[in-house]
Amino acid sequence: MKILICISNVPDTTTKIRFTADNTAFDTAGIQWIINPWDELALTRAMELKETTGGTIEKITVVAVGLKDAEPTLRKTLAIGADDAVRIDAEPKDAFFVAEQLAQVAKDYDIILCGIEASDYNGSAVGGMLSEFLGIPSISSVSKLDIENGNVKVNREIDGGSETLSTEVPFVAIVQKGIALEPRIPSMRGIMMARKKPLNVIPAVETEALTEFVSYELPPAKAACKMVDAENVKELVDLLHNEAKVI
Amino acid sequence: MSILVYTENWDGKFKKLSFEQVSYASEIAKNINTSVVALSIGNVEETELKKLGDYGASKVISVNETKLDNLANQAYAKVISQAAKKEESTILVFANNYTGKAIAPRVSVKLKAGLVSGITALPINYEPFTVRKKVFTSKAFADVIIKSPFKVLTIAQNSFGLIETENKAQIENFAPELSDEDFRTKVEDVHKITGKVLLNDAEIVVSGGRGMKGSENWGPIEELANLLGAATACSRPVSDEDWRPHDEHVGQTGKIIAPNLYFALGISGAIQHLGGVSSSKYIVAINKDNDAPIFEAADYGIIGDVHKILPELINAVKEMKAAEN
Amino acid sequence: MDFEFTEEQLMIRQAARDYAERELIQDVLERDAKAEFPTRHIKNLTDLGFMGMIVDPKYDGGGMDTISYVLAMEEISKIDSSVSVILSVHNSLVCFGIQVYGNEKQKEKYLRTLARGEKIGAFLLSEPEAGSDASMQRTLAEDKGDYYLINGVKNWISNANSASIYIVIAQTYPEKGHKGINAFIVEKDSPGISLGPHEDKMGMRSSDTHSVMFTDVKVPKENRIGEDGFGFKFAMKALEAGRIGIAAQAVGIASGALNRAIQYAKERKAFGTEIANHQAIAFKISDMAVKVENARNLCLKAAWLKDRGKPFSTASSMAKQYAADIAMEVTTEAVQILGGYGYVKEYHVERLMREAKLTQIYEGTSEIQKIVISRSLLKD
Repeated sequence: MKILICISNVPDTTTKIRFTADNTAFDTAGIQWIINPWDELALTRAMELKETTGGTIEKITVVAVGLKDAEPTLRKTLAIGADDAVRIDAEPKDAFFVAEQLAQVAKDYDIILCGIEASDYNGSAVGGMLSEFLGIPSISSVSKLDIENGNVKVNREIDGGSETLSTEVPFVAIVQKGIALEPRIPSMRGIMMARKKPLNVIPAVETEALTEFVSYELPPAKAACKMVDAENVKELVDLLHNEAKVI
Repeated sequence: MSILVYTENWDGKFKKLSFEQVSYASEIAKNINTSVVALSIGNVEETELKKLGDYGASKVISVNETKLDNLANQAYAKVISQAAKKEESTILVFANNYTGKAIAPRVSVKLKAGLVSGITALPINYEPFTVRKKVFTSKAFADVIIKSPFKVLTIAQNSFGLIETENKAQIENFAPELSDEDFRTKVEDVHKITGKVLLNDAEIVVSGGRGMKGSENWGPIEELANLLGAATACSRPVSDEDWRPHDEHVGQTGKIIAPNLYFALGISGAIQHLGGVSSSKYIVAINKDNDAPIFEAADYGIIGDVHKILPELINAVKEMKAAEN
Repeated sequence: MDFEFTEEQLMIRQAARDYAERELIQDVLERDAKAEFPTRHIKNLTDLGFMGMIVDPKYDGGGMDTISYVLAMEEISKIDSSVSVILSVHNSLVCFGIQVYGNEKQKEKYLRTLARGEKIGAFLLSEPEAGSDASMQRTLAEDKGDYYLINGVKNWISNANSASIYIVIAQTYPEKGHKGINAFIVEKDSPGISLGPHEDKMGMRSSDTHSVMFTDVKVPKENRIGEDGFGFKFAMKALEAGRIGIAAQAVGIASGALNRAIQYAKERKAFGTEIANHQAIAFKISDMAVKVENARNLCLKAAWLKDRGKPFSTASSMAKQYAADIAMEVTTEAVQILGGYGYVKEYHVERLMREAKLTQIYEGTSEIQKIVISRSLLKD
């Protein structure tokens, strides 16, 4: 089986968010870019599966839609252990646009992994859209993914519980918390080998975005925290009951 | 033309968020002079279906097929798009929860509709159609234009209230066309959480952090949650240490929640944690460290030992409840 | 001039940072308190390839440049210098020494296992009466025809217990002074080697430091590094390179303390505002930051020279002396900024201050560095 991991190149999650002077774009000055955390966990899980299923997984490919500045992130995935990487040469305009681009690569894979959302635009859409473009099943909010004797077993969280599923391949798994414990740190050997692994750049297909981000705003500053004395816990309950009216 | 709302039921009863969504769609319908159609998948009694009318749905389409007992993304998306075509819906409304995230993107491709997820308010403009959503994990808002004729919206939790109307809904059964191809995933086992308030739906959440010191100290947290009808949650170190199950982890890489009231007990408030809870209407922080960043995000705070304060808090809530009765 | 790091260098820095922030931080205080060797971390860092990162891939090393090494050392030292000293001795004294001056047979036999991190190395130069004056070696290595017989005592040896491969500096021809000194690769389990008690140190407490006693230890002739009498020069050359690692360690200690001071100054309030808004604190932070940046640049310059095969002895002495001295200053100021919190262990800066002190002492004291620097300027 071949695994494809679709990744987003996102600002470090501890970044202080700023916008350009006219508030029409995210200010990328001084931003450190990272692999979207859920995508990185997907890669970790793919590596674990490759290592523990004795030859079942032939290849792990990583793909991103992005301009040249997305390449360091792709090369990091190669250093972590992906076998090859593909960059679809286009600015990722919206989820629909990105999913349609990814479809041209994803059609050749058996298991396609996407993170449940990207930590920048929080769209939660690319994985689902991609599966629909390909006409294949999707399993969303996946917290566990196993391959037993060539059969795929998946746990997913649903509203109000969880499910265990089996599925045919190809399919798209939209993964979240739990899929893997921690992202892997690339080793020196991995970093050295990444030099020799292919990073193929392919042109984008003609398509259009259906949505457009036009302006941004930071939330209003929060009022100061009202402190209650530790000796007077009852006052907190009074405030919650009579002032905030939430209990 | 119409607006189609996908509603969710829980053992035959609609969730509050479905009524909120119907209310939301009704407000849009008023503005663009159209009507609201609600779609229900599952075994729901007519009296319950009619309730959707109270919030402004003029028609309720009910799909009752045993094949659709479990959420099957591909099949559900097909049913919804068929209903949308039948009702000539141009705007589709979903919740931004697991279910909405599972289906809405597929529907969006079927209808070639622009999708915006996690919308926090009514559209700020209809021409062009512009909505506001949270981005950068609640650290900012963005205004987004949907350029396509069809539009798919998923609404952030707790961002819109209920608006009751005098309206009555007409109920209609609908038999979608489905094939085996739509059911290529098979549910082997379902584990439903019962007897517990669901974290994503909860209006009050009581959450503990590393400052709780160990799983053995969770008794008071559960007691407070029971008293308040709240769900329990925890910060990442707590689930990493296996003091609590992973599905209780709230934060940037866990669940992102927006209750009316969030208790952060012994949680220092790392930026990754705040990313998951900052949309709460009110945050209460109890922490021994007066420099803890959680106090920056909190509305009410107590500096002190959470192990000492929590029992007092429980007593104070009990007294309040007793005084009420 | 190019101040940009390569993508690979940045990746290595991030890898070291991730490991330090995720793993080392978890038990650094406990290991410091118990003076416990970081066995688990050294295993993990070995798996990640840090233990032989600058060794030629031909000998199973990571093949990384000195800049990458410096960046990794700084990141690890921001959190835990006990671990970085283990890496430093292993990489820049032992691996570097054998790679550059060892013969092919020695490299096959020893460098390979060192580069893979299967074995740890230690460097045995200091003696009870030969610290800064390394030419006064009392340890004897008598030439017995087909082997050397080593007798003597080495002091303050980092990795003494955890290492299995020693590089030992000893005197073969006392009458020739430093020209009679040789360097040997000695396996620790050779008969006649015994360890003194674990030294109870002020800082870097989780690294294992012992004295090592040699009693009639037989070392095969083939284990001598270089020509007969090359030992002193070898030791000086190895230390030249080692100084870059220690300079990077000192930069890491200082920048770790600076980061903690900045974070604290932005959170702690006094007189109605965050203490960062008081000029007394803000200016301290500015002074600290300039020092750290200077030290980092000196350190990178020395690494850059070494990577280009240019002479780097003066540059590495400058880097080591300056970085060590400012590490002491910056950590002391960090403790001052944190006040009472700074003086208790939970807040890390007191530990960084204890660690900083050692960087002024080992692998050539600050005073020795000044001798090296001034001599290079004043000779002829």
